[in-house]
Amino acid sequence: MPELLLEMTGIGKAFSGQTVLEDVRLDLRAGETHVLAGENGAGKSTLMRILAGIYTEYAGTITLYGRETRFGSPQDAARQGISIIHQELSLIPSMTVSDNIFLAREQAGPAGWLRFHREREACAALLDRLGVPVKPGAPVGAYSIGVQQSIEIAKALAFEARILVMDEPTSALTEPEVERLFEVIASLKRAGCGIIYISHKMEEIYRIADRITVLRDGRYIGTEDRDRLPRETLVKWMIGRPMSEQIFRDAPAPGAPVLELKDFSVPDPAGRPRPAVDRVSFSLRRGEILGLAGLQGSGAEVLVNGLYGVYGRITGGEVRVDGAPYRPGSPAHALRQGIALLSNDRKREGLVPSMSVTHNISLAALPRLSPGGLLREGLERQAAEARKKALNIRVAALTREVATLSGGNQQKVALAKCLEAQPRVLLLNEPTRGVDVGAKHDIYALMNAWTASGIALVLITSEMPELLALSDRILALHQGRVTAAFDRGAATPEAVLAASMGSVKGNDYER
Amino acid sequence: MNDNPRFDRLRRILAQPFFRATLALVIILCLGALFHAEGSFFRWETHRDMLRHISRYGILACGMTLVIITGGIDLAVGSVLGLVAVTSALFMIHWGWNPLVAVPLCLLVGLACGVTSGTLISRFRVQPFIATLAMMVFARGVAKYISGGRKISQGVETADGYVYLDFPGFFNFLNARILGDNVAVVTLVFLACAVGAGLLLARFRPGRYMYAVGGNEEAARLSGVPVACTKTLAYAMSGLFAAIAGICQAAQETQGDPEAGGSYELTAIAIVVIGGTNLMGGRGSMALTLIGALTIGYLEKILSLNAVGEAGRLMLTGFIIVAAVLFQRSKQ
Repeated sequence: MPELLLEMTGIGKAFSGQTVLEDVRLDLRAGETHVLAGENGAGKSTLMRILAGIYTEYAGTITLYGRETRFGSPQDAARQGISIIHQELSLIPSMTVSDNIFLAREQAGPAGWLRFHREREACAALLDRLGVPVKPGAPVGAYSIGVQQSIEIAKALAFEARILVMDEPTSALTEPEVERLFEVIASLKRAGCGIIYISHKMEEIYRIADRITVLRDGRYIGTEDRDRLPRETLVKWMIGRPMSEQIFRDAPAPGAPVLELKDFSVPDPAGRPRPAVDRVSFSLRRGEILGLAGLQGSGAEVLVNGLYGVYGRITGGEVRVDGAPYRPGSPAHALRQGIALLSNDRKREGLVPSMSVTHNISLAALPRLSPGGLLREGLERQAAEARKKALNIRVAALTREVATLSGGNQQKVALAKCLEAQPRVLLLNEPTRGVDVGAKHDIYALMNAWTASGIALVLITSEMPELLALSDRILALHQGRVTAAFDRGAATPEAVLAASMGSVKGNDYER
Repeated sequence: MNDNPRFDRLRRILAQPFFRATLALVIILCLGALFHAEGSFFRWETHRDMLRHISRYGILACGMTLVIITGGIDLAVGSVLGLVAVTSALFMIHWGWNPLVAVPLCLLVGLACGVTSGTLISRFRVQPFIATLAMMVFARGVAKYISGGRKISQGVETADGYVYLDFPGFFNFLNARILGDNVAVVTLVFLACAVGAGLLLARFRPGRYMYAVGGNEEAARLSGVPVACTKTLAYAMSGLFAAIAGICQAAQETQGDPEAGGSYELTAIAIVVIGGTNLMGGRGSMALTLIGALTIGYLEKILSLNAVGEAGRLMLTGFIIVAAVLFQRSKQ
């Protein structure tokens, strides 16, 4: 039995009264790769933040190398040998590899000067050990993302880390880079490190894992050796939740096709070589709800953003709106063509918090509501009143700043803004995120009403019951490609999730 | 703590920036009434002269308000004022042009400066601080180039000796007081500018877009707001107002000084900030800026009435700016 590096037991965490983790446990042995799996929002990141000392308020105990401990800060956790390799790398591109590796722990002589050459030598030795062909004196920015990730791992080792957390490390890597990463991981295991590995990719999980722990809705579901956990069971563990919430979808009456995509592609907005959306085709009819299923990095979000013109004129393939060719260019252009987008981040992208409810609702429709460029407060107020009633927005006065509203009401204001633009196609990215149960059900009812009035909806949601209950059809995306299409009724949570994890072919779930 | 709805409403009114700015002004006025310098604070002439003095800064602050609401800053207004003071003096004093030709040309100069800054900021994504800093230096250079580094005034040295040119009637008019000697014309110009900027902000679509861009640029863009055009317009208006202030400057000083307007941009920013318009953008109004202009104007007037020297005035003004801003931020 190898040494137990880490044991987390009874971990709980709540944010302003809302429980996000409850009685979760996780242990890590020396020389193993332990995959942490779960849907979006299952609590994986929160657990890792507790481990990294970012959240210092939590219930439960952490036992490190056999001694109970409690981290006071991220620095504290790092000193005790815990290191997180972030998806967003924490290197400074303009600084050299060796300066990056020794950042904030520079090897200084007695008078405070830097022992420059000693750092370079130590750095070279470290990189050699990992088999990464890098010059310690070169700036980090000169290397590819994959190499930078190896540098980040080297940095962790320079801190004498024994526990490494990797959060979706392969999401930005090319195939050969992934291979090299796996070799690095193998060498780390031989050196006695333990690795906690978060992944959404089925193939990868079964290739790299020694053991797998599953979280769901902030709870611990189970831990099992890889070989004793068939894929079907893993998926069941991840989904498992009963369809207790009643979500109704009225029988749709689809009309003429309103949005047609043929080989629609979007390059990666962050500039990575692989396209984020790769030759996706579908046709959406009036009054229909098309669900897009996908985990992080699936491309579903990039697809709707690209369609709305968020990234400008970079999309490829053919798009038709009501039969007329449409080329995404800018949000203003999309709105004129009758396409509206509800962003999944209402604070950053959806609302102007310093403006009133009325002014937020009218913002996207001002060309219509202010004829001749002259603002017509009366028209705007009428419009806002009507939306307030229809969407059941609870606010004392429409002149209140949006920042003062609750999450659910803010979301309704963001929805009202989209609707006020009178769209033919409404793209909804996580319409119920951060919204209380009552508002959720209001939004479900509204989606039925909108489709009844002929609007077509594209729905992205990380809540599986919502997706299954509301979508008339579902497309599953994985790494930018459609892996499966389901008609209403044919979709099961297991099948949709398996397709979203990219394991359709040669699998029982294939239709 | 206190759930009484009436109390709640009172608290909301107290938290309004407009109320707070007015309160600051009232406090200053009370101080003026207290230290009235043997009654001179109670004479209308004192107030008239204060208003005349603050007008040029106020006009600059009109444009600055628009820019700051979009979340930017315009450091170039002082230099543009200097540049236009030179060109207007050149056109009207030296060359004796009709103001109907000269004034539009001068306004065009200011507009061009503003559009250039605005384009650099919105299309080329240069930070507002940097872009307008560059414009500030550049416009000052142009002013010196055009004037040859000398003040453009009525006295001209020619081959035939020293010639004394006529002072243009238009400048005389701008420099005059009307309505029974009770109001300076430049004060009316300031008021007109304030009303214009206020209407743009409150009654026209581009004004609404300025608030949206300053409040949340990304959300504005995703709502179809033409972000680049909106920003460019704000700087263009700022350049236009700086040109108007520049013409007033030339008229008041009876000459075009290429050094005119140095550090005026800072006074304009102070006026906007003391009024309570948020430097982060998205919040504020022209009414606040008007109150801010009065606050700064009265502060300086009261200090000079009480024979506080320039050194003391500057130190106290710095102190008051911080106090006013801290006061407005509290309990928000």
